[in-house]
Amino acid sequence: MTQATGVVDQPTADTRRSIRSLLASTEVDTRLLGMVVALAVIWVGFNVLSGGLFLTARNLWNLSVQSSAVGIMATGMVLIIVSRNIDLSIGSILGFVGYTMVMVQAIWIPTTLGLGFGQPYTWIVALAVGLVLGALIGGLQGWIIAYLKVPAFIVTLGGLLVWRGLVFEYQSGQTIAPVDKTFGLLGGGPTGSIGDVGSWAFGLLACVGIAATLVAGRRRRRKYGFPLRPLWAEVAIGIVGSAVVLGAVWVANSYFWPESLAAQYAQQHNITVPPGGLNIPTGIAYPVFIMIGVTLVMTFIATRLKFGRYVFAIGGNPEAAELGGINTRRTIMLTFVLMGVLAAISGAIQSARLNAGVTSLGTQNELDVIAAAVIGGTSFSGGIGTIPGAVLGAVVMQSLRSGMILLRVDSPIQDIVVGVVLVGAVGLDTVIRRRSSR
Amino acid sequence: MTAAPTPTAKATATPLVDMRHIRVSFGGVHAVDDVSINLFPGEIVGLVGGNGAGKTSLTRVLSGARPADAGEIFIDGKPATISNPRDAKAYGIETIYQTLALADNVDASANMFLGREITTRVGTLDDSAMESATRTVMKRINPNFKRFKSPVVSLSGGQRQSVAIARAIYFNARILIMDEPTAALGPAETAQVRNLVTALKAAGIGIFLISHDIHDVFDLSDRISVMYHGRIVDTVDKASVTTDEVLGMIILGKKPGEVTSEQLATLRS
Repeated sequence: MTQATGVVDQPTADTRRSIRSLLASTEVDTRLLGMVVALAVIWVGFNVLSGGLFLTARNLWNLSVQSSAVGIMATGMVLIIVSRNIDLSIGSILGFVGYTMVMVQAIWIPTTLGLGFGQPYTWIVALAVGLVLGALIGGLQGWIIAYLKVPAFIVTLGGLLVWRGLVFEYQSGQTIAPVDKTFGLLGGGPTGSIGDVGSWAFGLLACVGIAATLVAGRRRRRKYGFPLRPLWAEVAIGIVGSAVVLGAVWVANSYFWPESLAAQYAQQHNITVPPGGLNIPTGIAYPVFIMIGVTLVMTFIATRLKFGRYVFAIGGNPEAAELGGINTRRTIMLTFVLMGVLAAISGAIQSARLNAGVTSLGTQNELDVIAAAVIGGTSFSGGIGTIPGAVLGAVVMQSLRSGMILLRVDSPIQDIVVGVVLVGAVGLDTVIRRRSSR
Repeated sequence: MTAAPTPTAKATATPLVDMRHIRVSFGGVHAVDDVSINLFPGEIVGLVGGNGAGKTSLTRVLSGARPADAGEIFIDGKPATISNPRDAKAYGIETIYQTLALADNVDASANMFLGREITTRVGTLDDSAMESATRTVMKRINPNFKRFKSPVVSLSGGQRQSVAIARAIYFNARILIMDEPTAALGPAETAQVRNLVTALKAAGIGIFLISHDIHDVFDLSDRISVMYHGRIVDTVDKASVTTDEVLGMIILGKKPGEVTSEQLATLRS
């Protein structure tokens, strides 16, 4: 519980108390802070064990791209789990929708409709078809769950089988390729990134955004005469936030295009390659942008809109929510619609990244996504969870996987470690929560 | 039992609420069996009865929590359809549930405005405005209430009850259902709630008051309806009965005249 800090502490040592009160006055979510610390430990640990291979621009950049597909879906899974449901079908929805989007651009538009490849609208049509399809599938499952009262576990378990099975109906299981060039940018990669100038511009914009949010919040509190955060805390939050953003941009810009690609680019643009090699900064990848955008939008939905509040109220006490006058069925159905849309976005990113439609796309993604949400502090007993926490959870999961790959840990051992970490993290969290609620 | 006879001047007025021949069954068991009851503006009707007498089931019909299996409801003399809590609130019916029905994981103001949030011009939640309004209402109900930012699960029983009461009165209810409103309260808060009930009555609000505490009911109600095994034994003017007579109705399920003196004697012993 985030607000519990001020209530539970026993005055054991003065120092501990002063750190707590210091933290309390910044009103920073201590759970989230704990996760950041855990992530830092994981990163430094892997860096030491791998002899400095982990904390490189190249690895961190890859990590950001790998985290995005899972992170995007984890934001939706938070709302599902918070309202005491579960979605086991997202991997299959992702696979089905992703494959469909490739069908649209590789077969239906060029061949079936005879419009040919490389049309400027191809990627938009494919993406739109995917998003609508994702929403419809999510809506169908959500309708069965909310209005027919079939348990979500059963409905989405069925969905897991059905949508995966349907993928094979298109082209009897063949891999289809290629995806549209513009659509392919969604997958990231050196060309699917915005470069150094764009990244810096984005970073500065984000800093301005942080400052504006802080100022607006302070003004609102003052207007109603609520207690204000101390000024130093506001400034500290602003500085730390901006530093993290600019640091991330700097890392992304420190990762240069691979030599061969840079050489090819130089040839095409008649640039002579300097002696040290041509260093083209990659910058932030599009999928990472999408993840940031999704995180902001989903946080907004979860904390600033009625819908989000209803989701949390339902999770806290479903009967009370209904008695309070909330349309609980519609709310539940909408969480699944959102989940379907997010699975579609992730499907677009993953198929763009593979540059093909494959039947196995997204297999077992549901497990990674659920694990990310849960590691990020989403509680299965309902009503508790945050969007940024889940995204951070996705980064933690991906860091573990990527670090172990660097250390050449066998894949079965990787699964064992991830499994143990999942249960351990949630177990620890449960114990801490129980203690602080006493 | 047909519609309860209404005393004196009220006989000509239109009742605020008129529930007729209400029936609620749970798998063959009649929790409420052909009950008719009414309520006038500015009136408090006490609803008493033993456990399982059907008091809560009856009022849940009115608050939309559990639609009736049979029967009609008239609000201001016009037939009303109440099939969910949203319908009830649209008629100005507010309920303080015995279970309080609070969303445990959100704070007091989120609970108070649950389903009726104040939004800004762009449609986002206006938490500051809601908290401000909550602080104002709380001053009236429980001036000691300070924990506006805590999820209500961490509040004491009395504080939680204050939140439930605040929610019921904030939206200008015309009809209030209070199911054991003082069950979790200390003496000071109970007095506060009693004052509040009297003030609401003076403002013309009709109140159904459910309570185990017969003294509470006697102090506050104008009329008292006694329920026994899903039926109304009788609805009486408070002035015309004694607590013993009401107790007799609660325990024996019979009107005062039907109770023999031996039965009364065993009751007293």
